[in-house]
Amino acid sequence: MTRTIGEINEKIKLGKAVVVTAEEIIDLVREKGLQKVAREVDVVTTGTLGPMCSSGAYFNIGHSKPRIKLGGGRVYLNDVPAYTGLAAADLFVGAGALPDDDPRNRVHPGEFNYGGGHVIEELVAGKDISLVATAYGTDCYPRKRLETLINIKDLNEAVLFNIRNAYQNYNVAANLSKRTIYTYLGVLKPNLGNINYATAGQLSPLLNDPYYKTIGIGTKIFLGGGTGYVAWQGTQHSPNAPRTDNGVPSRGAGTLAVIGDLKHMNPRWLVGTSMLGYGCTLTVGIGVPIPILSEEILRYTAVSDSEIMAAVIDYSDAYPNLKPDIVAEVSYAQLRSGRVNIQGKDVPTASLSSYSRALEIAGTLKTWIENGEFLLSEPVAPLPGIESGISCKPLNERPIEE
Amino acid sequence: MAVAKKIVLRFPKRIVDRPIVYRLVKDFDLEFNILKAFFTPEEEGLMVLEIRGRQEDYDKGINYLTKSGIKIQSLSQDVVRNEDRCTHCGACVTICPTGAFVLDPVTKKINFEDDKCIACGQCITACPPRAMELHF
Repeated sequence: MTRTIGEINEKIKLGKAVVVTAEEIIDLVREKGLQKVAREVDVVTTGTLGPMCSSGAYFNIGHSKPRIKLGGGRVYLNDVPAYTGLAAADLFVGAGALPDDDPRNRVHPGEFNYGGGHVIEELVAGKDISLVATAYGTDCYPRKRLETLINIKDLNEAVLFNIRNAYQNYNVAANLSKRTIYTYLGVLKPNLGNINYATAGQLSPLLNDPYYKTIGIGTKIFLGGGTGYVAWQGTQHSPNAPRTDNGVPSRGAGTLAVIGDLKHMNPRWLVGTSMLGYGCTLTVGIGVPIPILSEEILRYTAVSDSEIMAAVIDYSDAYPNLKPDIVAEVSYAQLRSGRVNIQGKDVPTASLSSYSRALEIAGTLKTWIENGEFLLSEPVAPLPGIESGISCKPLNERPIEE
Repeated sequence: MAVAKKIVLRFPKRIVDRPIVYRLVKDFDLEFNILKAFFTPEEEGLMVLEIRGRQEDYDKGINYLTKSGIKIQSLSQDVVRNEDRCTHCGACVTICPTGAFVLDPVTKKINFEDDKCIACGQCITACPPRAMELHF
């Protein structure tokens, strides 16, 4: 059995495509077998919603009269600094940006109540954002100061551009030390008091296409409640991470860089997020449709939580000191059960990724496709796979010689 | 009829240094369990109590506390989940010391069982989207 994306799109246009979520496909394949289901199902939809720090947005605010060159100047959006190393009216705000006067971790753990992720959420929600800019002034851009409200509806372009999202698997965080620690994977109690995990497991996009056989550059996706595209592999893309026999990575592996029109997104799927003692970020909702082009592709999408493994890492020592040690390897089925036995201790688990919202994303994408509102796109280039030899390198630190 | 209720007591500055709570036992035959207390001399005090006893004694005891100048609130109203902000991620599940956040095995959503909440406030800043709010 093989089919093409073009054939699937013809069925979508006729309202005849058979679409199921990455959760529904598991039992379907168990009941009917790969061969039969591969003939019946055209598309499997995936979803994930979690904090994704390498997210941001760029926009063009339009030219003021007289003109001001924001490039090389300073710009604050609701007191959060934006990146201005661009042309006169273009800005980029990153999810992790913090106001200059945020106390950060001066009193540990800092609360990080408002940052770049919150600016993006409020912008998407249609709220006015204050913009305060200072510039050096030039003959063609004479103005040196600008204070105004901006609103997404008035911006020329507002684009979500996340350079690393949708991690294919991720560390499970533990704390072996004697004090509570505050990490990007949440609050971790001492002496293995809890462990936190952060992917949607069997629903997560890249865990359903472990070798990137359908997801590539140009793949059209659900992004932040609107549509977007895979722009490139994400930073730290690491296809050569360890994999289990079913091909699924058991560590952080592939990543996606994604892009989409912020004007069509929704704050339900882009949520400003505060990690106690760590910083600000943006919780992003992403869903990727997987065309069932063959039985092999179908088999990958039928992966279940019990077949996806992840490494438990000590965030009090191994992680901060870049040591390779792992505490244990556990399956997502174990993690999702709420308790895992590690080193003879019954340890409660918590998720930082919302499985219920991931389900909602996969369900929404399914409805869009069934209703003929969302056609699949053919990737224009593949993501680097194992054959690329790429794996994420540590920093080669070298002294600066005067 | 026996009752067990969790309440928040707010002590105004002028009575912070007076022994009041012990009289619940002595005069009204009530059992209490201190769930949380903040007291600073010369400032306001706050105490979260679980009180057990007969309804009649409970009513008298509350009446006594109110007459002493203490403001009383029911605890369940104190920590509230902003349903619009909650993403049901589950970061709160292992943070809550009383297990008030429970993953629903069917919907995969996180239920907030506020009858278990002791208003300790640990979930307020541990919640990534800041969906938990302390209402006074």
